[in-house]
Amino acid sequence: MSSATAIAPNYELIQQDGLETSLLEVSMGPHHPSTHGVFRMDVKLDGETVVDLQPVFGYLHRNHEKLAENMSYLGSMPFTDRLDYFNSMTNNWAYALAAEKLVEIEVPERADYLRVIMAELTRLVNHVSLVGFFINDLGALGTPLLYAFREREKILDLFEQASGARMMCNYFRFGGLRNDVPEGWLDRARDVVDHFPVFLDEYEQLLCENEIILSRTQGVGCLSRDLAISAGITGPMLRASGVNYDIRKVDKYSIYDRFQFRVPYTDGNVGDCYDRFMVRMLEMRESIRILKQALDGIGDGPVLGNAPKVFKPKPAEVYGRVEAPKGELGFYLIADGTPKPYRYRVRPPSLINLTVLRDMCLGQKVADAVIILGSIDIVLGEVDR
Amino acid sequence: MSHTVNHESILGKFPGTNWDQEAGALIVPTVQAKEIATWLRDNDAFLLDYCSNVTGVDYLECEVKEKVTKEDGTVETVTRTEPSRMDVVYHLYSMQKQTGPLVFKQRTNREQPEVESLTPVWRSCELQEREVFDLFGVNFKSHPDQRRILMWDEFEGHPMRKDYTEPFDYEWEPTPHDEILEKHQRGKVIV
Repeated sequence: MSSATAIAPNYELIQQDGLETSLLEVSMGPHHPSTHGVFRMDVKLDGETVVDLQPVFGYLHRNHEKLAENMSYLGSMPFTDRLDYFNSMTNNWAYALAAEKLVEIEVPERADYLRVIMAELTRLVNHVSLVGFFINDLGALGTPLLYAFREREKILDLFEQASGARMMCNYFRFGGLRNDVPEGWLDRARDVVDHFPVFLDEYEQLLCENEIILSRTQGVGCLSRDLAISAGITGPMLRASGVNYDIRKVDKYSIYDRFQFRVPYTDGNVGDCYDRFMVRMLEMRESIRILKQALDGIGDGPVLGNAPKVFKPKPAEVYGRVEAPKGELGFYLIADGTPKPYRYRVRPPSLINLTVLRDMCLGQKVADAVIILGSIDIVLGEVDR
Repeated sequence: MSHTVNHESILGKFPGTNWDQEAGALIVPTVQAKEIATWLRDNDAFLLDYCSNVTGVDYLECEVKEKVTKEDGTVETVTRTEPSRMDVVYHLYSMQKQTGPLVFKQRTNREQPEVESLTPVWRSCELQEREVFDLFGVNFKSHPDQRRILMWDEFEGHPMRKDYTEPFDYEWEPTPHDEILEKHQRGKVIV
């Protein structure tokens, strides 16, 4: 929390042998491979140590909110895919959840089960690729990422069979889903879910006790519990700082109260990059547990409720939120009785998790700043909107 | 669903606040906002330690039709003018008590909107209030780092305002038609 020119408090430049030293200002990005898109960090360095850091946003800004305010409610459903383009299913869900609060629509049970299945598959996709990218940032170029992408591809095939698209699924509708899954899809999904733990075992064996990973991530980018709560950090990053807060458990939206699953979190003493990495690894195991229960419990029936043809809610304001893989994804809608939303706001977890980037990077080496950014897990489509 | 926060005691403690029943929101005078926010965060009955969402809402001056029942029982439709305003909306939750949301609104005029920054109370407001400043032009008093965040620094205007019109300063398609032709004929576009 300082102006762009100030350096970190209590930091002194040391003069050696009477030589004058000065800070090196580096503009990292926007086309830096480790920034996961077009994101820039203006860092000030003393040697290799980060003395100041200012994130710069907006390279991918397209005013998603203004676009959505000028079209029908359903019209912006495909645009929500493009927010966090790794997790289009959960983006769809958050928007559908908020819109369903505006008008009373009953979601059929089969649709609820399929929504949970899609959301948890999305969580697997996100976490597995995040871990791959994170290890990539550490310098292990390629191998873990390609292993991750091999597994991700199997799930994306499932998405393609269900919705017709691998990433931009546009699968959810107000009151259910666009279409039912094709015949045999559930068996194929069960097959993927059953084989996923085998891959996870291998992945954990490869990574979790790797000496280089331990030395690069432990004690790097620590985030205290109090700062995490105050800064509105959500998702795995919050739980790595020792707060047991999962919206699936707190809000119990949809049918999450029917499933047995645990929420991994730490004791909050450290909250470093390794904790954030491990919380995600453990979360994948829990997602698999939910998926197995959901695939066993799903029954037959319709997948789309009695949604009105023209979506024209009465004046009201709602805030709907879900536990997206990156944190709390919320939609704030104000209806004024017309077919367009008067106000449409996305609460992006990626942007708000970046609030503490500077606090975590100060005093670290510049190579560690790259890892810290990787452990936050951002997607620029959502940061800039 | 999450448990709602009881708002009655806030209204009793701070007489300046109002409860908007239709929106389900607490309307707070801007001079008191920081005091009330700190109280809500620290008071044991609320412990609203997590500010989830911050955004602005722009209301233009508009005419509202209302049905009024007269003394003799007849219903008459009355038109009245709703003045313009600017709202800054905060969604507050409690992580300790797992309650929420409480919708907290600061209301100001839209000509020179100025509200109290709540970044000192919740750090999560920092980037989001910058965004409201950028897109709505709301000035946050005592914000530590109020700059544009999504638009570039030289940008003029605030694009999320309802009366914002895009500037005619970029290149249109070579053969203008329809709406663009009309703008062209008004002499504002150089093709």
